[in-house]
Amino acid sequence: MGWTRFLRRQHWDDERARELQAYFEHEVDDNVARGMTPAEARHAAHRKLGNTTLVREEIYNMNTIAFLETAWRDLRYGARLLRRNPTFAIVAILTLALGTGANAAIFQLVDAVRLRTLPVVNPHELVEVTIETHGKGRTGGFMGRRPMLSNVLWERIRDGQQGFSRVMAWSPQRFDLAGGGEARPAEGLWVSGTFFETLGVRASRGRLIGPADDVRGCASPGVVLSDAFWRREYGGDPGVLQRTILVDGHRFDVIGVTAAGFFGVEVGRSFDVAIPICADPILRGERTRLDRGDQWFLSVFGRLKQDWTLERAAAQLKAISPAIFKETLPARYVPEDARSYLAFLFKVDPAGTGVSNLRQAYSTPLWILLGVTGLVLLVTCANLANLMLARATAREREIGIRLAIGASRRRIVRQMLSESLLLAVVGAAVGLLVARWLSGFLVVFLSTDQNRLFLDLAFDWRIFAFTALIASAACLLFGLAPALRATGTSPAASVLGGRGATDSRERFTLRRTLVIVQVAVSLVLLVGALLFARSLRNLLAVDPGFRQDGVLVVNLDLRRANVSPENRRELYDAIVDRLKAIPGVDGAAEAAIAPISGNGWNQRVVVDGKVQEGEVNFNAVGPGYFQTLATAIVKGRDFTVQDDRGSVPVAIVNELFVKKHLGGADAIGRRFHIEDSPGEEPQPRYEIVGVVADTYYNNLREDLVPITYVPAMQEREIDPYLQVVVHSSIGVGGVTPAIARVIQEFNPSISVQFTTMERLVRNSLTSERLMAALSGFFGGLAVLIATIGLYGVMAYMVARRRMEIGIRMALGADRGTVVRLVVSDAGRLLIVGLLVGVPLAILAARTARTLLYGLQPWDPITLTLGALTLGGVALLASWLPAHRAARVAPTTALRES
Amino acid sequence: MQGELLQGTLDLLILKTLGVGPAHGHTIAHSIERRSDEVLQVEHGSLYPALHRLEDRGWIASFWGTSENNRRARYYRLTPRGRQQLVTQTGRWDEIVRAVNRILRPAE
Repeated sequence: MGWTRFLRRQHWDDERARELQAYFEHEVDDNVARGMTPAEARHAAHRKLGNTTLVREEIYNMNTIAFLETAWRDLRYGARLLRRNPTFAIVAILTLALGTGANAAIFQLVDAVRLRTLPVVNPHELVEVTIETHGKGRTGGFMGRRPMLSNVLWERIRDGQQGFSRVMAWSPQRFDLAGGGEARPAEGLWVSGTFFETLGVRASRGRLIGPADDVRGCASPGVVLSDAFWRREYGGDPGVLQRTILVDGHRFDVIGVTAAGFFGVEVGRSFDVAIPICADPILRGERTRLDRGDQWFLSVFGRLKQDWTLERAAAQLKAISPAIFKETLPARYVPEDARSYLAFLFKVDPAGTGVSNLRQAYSTPLWILLGVTGLVLLVTCANLANLMLARATAREREIGIRLAIGASRRRIVRQMLSESLLLAVVGAAVGLLVARWLSGFLVVFLSTDQNRLFLDLAFDWRIFAFTALIASAACLLFGLAPALRATGTSPAASVLGGRGATDSRERFTLRRTLVIVQVAVSLVLLVGALLFARSLRNLLAVDPGFRQDGVLVVNLDLRRANVSPENRRELYDAIVDRLKAIPGVDGAAEAAIAPISGNGWNQRVVVDGKVQEGEVNFNAVGPGYFQTLATAIVKGRDFTVQDDRGSVPVAIVNELFVKKHLGGADAIGRRFHIEDSPGEEPQPRYEIVGVVADTYYNNLREDLVPITYVPAMQEREIDPYLQVVVHSSIGVGGVTPAIARVIQEFNPSISVQFTTMERLVRNSLTSERLMAALSGFFGGLAVLIATIGLYGVMAYMVARRRMEIGIRMALGADRGTVVRLVVSDAGRLLIVGLLVGVPLAILAARTARTLLYGLQPWDPITLTLGALTLGGVALLASWLPAHRAARVAPTTALRES
Repeated sequence: MQGELLQGTLDLLILKTLGVGPAHGHTIAHSIERRSDEVLQVEHGSLYPALHRLEDRGWIASFWGTSENNRRARYYRLTPRGRQQLVTQTGRWDEIVRAVNRILRPAE
């Protein structure tokens, strides 16, 4: 049987009909020839031929693929039924779309962050080379989001490796493309000359950076733009190759644009400008990192040779490790650091999916969110199953008749499942639209000014497969039970059905179970949402030890202002003084590090000749810093303008420093210093002049840490960057224009960036805010769906028990009794649901424990609050149908039945 | 076993009938009945599915023609492959008959 036959089966059937008609007429002719009258002849022929339709059917069936035929018919029947009941169809499709869409959206993020391979040639051949540090830390400066190796190590890996056909290095950095004034930040990428050829990325225009462009001492190398940046900033201008671009104040030629879709090797990020590593001295001058073994900023990727395995390449690199680390040992390392450094070994990991900090940061939240959306889908399915049950009950008689005249149970179940399938497919299709919107929203939500997130969210086969999978699972979940249920009753009972005065309790078991499931799962989601919301509130309520209201952080970049290092100090003091004088500003102070900004500076300190356990966090601040941030000075004094290079080195420490490193004794007058490095000028011996209250340094979730403040005026090296914290009594917006104007007056080529303290704190809580917002949304959604479910069941049961209620009222029950009857029935379901839900909620919360703050997974207040909210809403939902039932006049109810 | 045909024999009989020349369904049925002295009755309930099956296998082909009493009728004719089948199937039939006979009349 071929497909052509299947597709032309209608034509074939027509042919057969004509042929059989011809046969019939021949028979009649024969009969007439035998002497019958025409009427007799026709009768006889009919008798002889019997049922011609049966013959046609038999042949039709020979031409068809029975399964497809009936499946198609079932689908059309299902569609017809849904069209006749559009409200049901719309409710079902919308809830399914939300359920599947939410799942698909979260899965999209999981896919983009974890599963997708890089859009480069043969990504599975890519590996990353890093250091096995044996638990010892690396010491020095760390720059960029992936500071794995130093330039000296990279150069030696490049020359000594054997397992890679190509090997490259890269490092992300933010550049300023403006020539002065308000900064124009761009995502930059330092790349080795082999970067693009290792990845197999082509230029869409011009040429890319090649090995010839990246040689030590390069004078004016060209830079490469990403396709997205070229389109965004240059409007896709083909003349871009004749243009130059300012990178941190230095002019470079644009030599090419990368192919569209290439974003680098870091998932979650994109780049705008790529510049060869050899240009480091051009941008950083004497502070170049090219020969510094303690400046970690590069990540190294290799492409395995065809006949080399990862293990073999790793072994080869391991073998050459000791020599390389010995050769590159930074001279300024203290003996302990040197010992760890010499024990380092290279290691190799697969990197076909690129690298990403997001994986670690968002791995737990994403899996938890996937669980949350899964539960939402479960509630949706339970609710739909209930609706389907109600529909099946309405069709009880039809199904009974079909069973009675010989339809098989399987056939009817299949027909009912096709209807569910139809809903699931349409729901999933709409769900994909929801997913597209939701995942885009999530990326925006997770992006901050400092961390622009870029994720390739295009649908790939995994997303379609995942959506198809959950849609089919959902379809089975909400379709199968009602279908089995509806066909399980005996035909006789269902044809007669619905005549009893009371309805048997047993037939509601499934529906009651479904409501219990919904209540329990909703409680889990609601408790989860409350836990996350309260964690966020706890975090926001944490007193960080400094004020956020009205505090502005002003970042100045003076590299283009041509101020010689020796004149910087004077200029900085003048700027801070000028800022203080702006009306509305009641405090301004220099600060090397703004708290909770993600920047840090830590050092090991020596007290009384003993190197202290653990590192101490440092900050260099100007006079008035503590007053500006409203951090209390507990003892001693603040820095003053007299604490400069000419006077005794002084320091202010926080209370925890006193407790941890000074044994809680009186700190004023005590001395300590930063551990000295061999071959370098000894560190200043600080005298403690003040003690301040504890503040958070890196983020709000950590334990308080010891902090040392040193005067910015006493710093030896003065960077061409100045950061000032400003407090304004009239709000931050009121003073920003004035500040920008003041800086312009000083020097128009100083670039300025503003942020607020509140924003820094908010940005440090991105994942907490994400969890609170999303789980809140999904929790609310689940409660809503469960409430609708309970309402539906109660309304339905009341309708079925109308006669019983009528009789009760006729016998003297008053309205109150009837309402109590119904509500207590709902209450029982609710209580069972809550009882099941509480342990589940605690269990679920335990898996999310790391994301909670200031709360235990079994937090009684949260549990009570969740149960009360859910209970209140649900009781209201059951009170409505109860109230309506009690208002019916008994005579009406009895007459109707 | 009047009227009932052994499984597969109807196909063979149709092929044999068409071996003489093209015929339409009515003629085929009557021809089989007549030539078996009315022992074999061909139900059109089995005739048409059989014709359909044979045509599907490519052993016979069909066309619309005009019958002896001037009616439009669907005619069937043997294809070359059908002719080949007729020979093989006849051979197989003879074998089966001989085999059955050996069992039924062992003495002879």
